[in-house]
Amino acid sequence: MKVLLVGECRAGRLAEAVSELFGFAAVLGAETAMLFVGSADDLPSFEGRLYFADSREYGEYNPDVHKRLVLEAVEKERPDAVVFLHSSYGWDLAPRVAAAMKAAQVSGVTGIDGAGYTVDSCNGKMRRTVTPLTSVAVLTLQSGAFSSPQLSGVPDVIGIDADRSSMVEFLGCRPPEAGVDLSRATVVVSAGRGVGKQENVDLVRQLAEALGGEVGASRPVIDAGWLERSRQIGTTGQTVAPSLYVACGISGAIQHVAGMKGSGFVIAVNTDQDAPIADVADVLVVADLVQFLPALTARIEARQSGGF
Amino acid sequence: MNILVCIKQVPDMALRFTANSSGTWFDETGLVFRMNDCDEYAVEEAVRLKEQLGGTPEVSALSIGSARVVETIRKALAMGCDRGVHIDDPSVSARDPWQIASMIAGYAMSRHYDLIFTGMQSEDRGSAQVGVLVAERMGISCVTGMIGFGWNDGTVTVERELEGGKRGMTKLTAPALLTCQQGLNTPRYPTLPNIMKSKKKEISVLRAEESGLDNPLSSVAGFRLHERKSVGLVLQGEAGDMAARVVDLLDSRTTVLRQGGLL
Repeated sequence: MKVLLVGECRAGRLAEAVSELFGFAAVLGAETAMLFVGSADDLPSFEGRLYFADSREYGEYNPDVHKRLVLEAVEKERPDAVVFLHSSYGWDLAPRVAAAMKAAQVSGVTGIDGAGYTVDSCNGKMRRTVTPLTSVAVLTLQSGAFSSPQLSGVPDVIGIDADRSSMVEFLGCRPPEAGVDLSRATVVVSAGRGVGKQENVDLVRQLAEALGGEVGASRPVIDAGWLERSRQIGTTGQTVAPSLYVACGISGAIQHVAGMKGSGFVIAVNTDQDAPIADVADVLVVADLVQFLPALTARIEARQSGGF
Repeated sequence: MNILVCIKQVPDMALRFTANSSGTWFDETGLVFRMNDCDEYAVEEAVRLKEQLGGTPEVSALSIGSARVVETIRKALAMGCDRGVHIDDPSVSARDPWQIASMIAGYAMSRHYDLIFTGMQSEDRGSAQVGVLVAERMGISCVTGMIGFGWNDGTVTVERELEGGKRGMTKLTAPALLTCQQGLNTPRYPTLPNIMKSKKKEISVLRAEESGLDNPLSSVAGFRLHERKSVGLVLQGEAGDMAARVVDLLDSRTTVLRQGGLL
């Protein structure tokens, strides 16, 4: 088995998550080569062939051109699988490569079983096994599903070129909106879709105050405009690792869990006992948060005012 | 100007799922279906563009599936789309992304859409493939994960959502396909008069084979409950009792209460 890994460059640096591609290749015991459009000053460390194009010439996001570069490396390497991260770069580029190769694509791979690749389904409640019917498969790996081995070695760098005409022009990046830094909070109490309405965000805020913590949120609460965007936790928001994380009405979509799985102790409050947040929760309180949160806040306030 | 919006009907994710008898997809018994959440943003953006341009563009809403999906097409019509397209395919849940894309591209290819909006991904499969595959099959430009959109006489500016809250700014030219991310806009609720009006709007129906259905590139070997890895302690019962248990656990398992809450 031979895999072509597709590396990723973010703001001129090799993306840390690239090591998960090698974690996946190790699970397969596959011979490994990589294609990387990035900076010559920050190359991935491994033993093998590295097909390299400079992002100063080819851009960091330039899907039509990067597709050609990947296809060029595929042509030279003839892998059994072309493997991307399931990231804003990978989910955008992988189907373009798959379409050009007329290859099966499996998105968000979390594991391998005898019949194929496993992927999450139905917001993480179900799991599917997908079998490619083509000789080459295109895969994207779910963030955090595979280990991140320490990378070492010096690759054999092979420069590649492609036609640089593109239908999409990249104009640049805008930094995230400034706001509260949750990354150093000791306690984070987060609101999810299950809070139901804006008024109930106050129940989350009151618990956070009683615990001396910060308020966070999952995506639907931010999209609804109930909390400012800087409080979003997850792949497209902040990553937190508090001593205590309380997830209120959060189902536990992978994108959210990726931003809080480093937390010390996790309490989830949810009416749905099957919610995927149960995977990472030390305690799952099966309850309507409208009843439970005020009860918990009152208990904690009584404790704090009563001294130790 | 012609705009196509591709929408999918999915079950409410808060419900309980079981596998069907062949173990390849969910059993539909007891499930309630609605429009995929990203697709609501796609419909809203298309309708906003139509309004911005004084109502001239014609917006079509396309969905693939059994007769059940007509209800979701009706919702898109009630939100302001002009006409519906129903690709009648009762086997849709057995199709892979390549096949779904083959039907959409097959339908759209000869109809000269200036813009095609899709959701970035579906809630039940989450492959994030179909939109891009449609664009690739049609040879038109495409950007994924759109959270900001601008249109100026055939030039499209798109903000893409990137990791860590960053946004990538891109520019492209119609015809283009854009996959919409949550938070792009605030999807409207259909008003009663618009619901009434939508009932008179036309929905054309065609069979999967008529719209260029291709052979699959992948198959499904299994579908089952996601076994929970680390089910911790599960508390159920009266709120006050559970709150007392949680405070005990905070005492024994964390130091957050010892710090007096003043951190």
